[in-house]
Amino acid sequence: MVSASSEGHYLAAGVTSSVKLLVLGPFAVGKTTLVRTVSEIQPLSTEERMTEAGALVDDLGGVEGKETTTVAMDFGRITLTEDIVLYLFGAPGQDRFKPMIEDLMEGALGGIVLVDTARITDSWDAIGSLEEAGLAYVIAVNAFPNSPNYSEPELRSALDLDPSTPLVVCDVREPKSAKDPLIALVSYLLSRSHLELAP
Amino acid sequence: MTPPGRRRAGMVRPYTPTGGQAIASRASLDLATILIADQDRPLHALSSHQHRVMEHCLPGPLSIAEVSAHLQLPGAVTKVVAASLVDSGHLISRAPVPAAQQHDKEFLERLLDGLRKL
Repeated sequence: MVSASSEGHYLAAGVTSSVKLLVLGPFAVGKTTLVRTVSEIQPLSTEERMTEAGALVDDLGGVEGKETTTVAMDFGRITLTEDIVLYLFGAPGQDRFKPMIEDLMEGALGGIVLVDTARITDSWDAIGSLEEAGLAYVIAVNAFPNSPNYSEPELRSALDLDPSTPLVVCDVREPKSAKDPLIALVSYLLSRSHLELAP
Repeated sequence: MTPPGRRRAGMVRPYTPTGGQAIASRASLDLATILIADQDRPLHALSSHQHRVMEHCLPGPLSIAEVSAHLQLPGAVTKVVAASLVDSGHLISRAPVPAAQQHDKEFLERLLDGLRKL
């Protein structure tokens, strides 16, 4: 049996509202690190089963089946006010994981797309998924020491970003820095809420 | 170390813990849905999975994602078990804040405030 009853992992009794956001990006771009850095609990992992076309089993030639894969998603949480808790889900952004993140995107506040400047195009799928779902997102460039430095206009052009989409450079290992993309996302949503209210 | 695959708690057929039940209110449950246990409901008639979930929820509120992770049940299975417990009145579920309200200026300002104070 799992003994997870270490005190303190329960939500405070007054917490009655939750919001979720997604942290997407390619393998090893720092999704789990970001979640760990800002989360008030040790990051946890939940498994989702996903059925995908049998691209990985073409050895079986002619067998038209579907392959079920299990994908682990890391998540953490931040209690933001006495009644609101924010859940952050880190999920792979590649298109082949789309069926899994579609569920997660439903009703989400928005997304953070992590980018490593050494492989910028690996983040394209994540951006595409969020745009398709109509979710607001921000780009967070995780500053890896050995990755190349590009100017913001170069990055924006490589990612084909809308001029209003926020782009922040951060170090996901540093608490102060790792919350920058979260602040950027909520600020962005707030600026859009002003726009929507304008006559 | 993770023990060799097969015996993990999550390795059950999705319909086993639900007793073959149809997936009633599962559609309305989200990984970020908060579960709150009714302290007064008797547990004796529950299946073993329902019992585990209830016991885990009794000390305080948790999201479905957390229950899933703590009990090593896949998210989809946890949703089914939780849905059955919501239907029987053992659990109260609180869905994530709906999209319309999420874009409310005052709500977003509260979030922003909370983030800045971290």
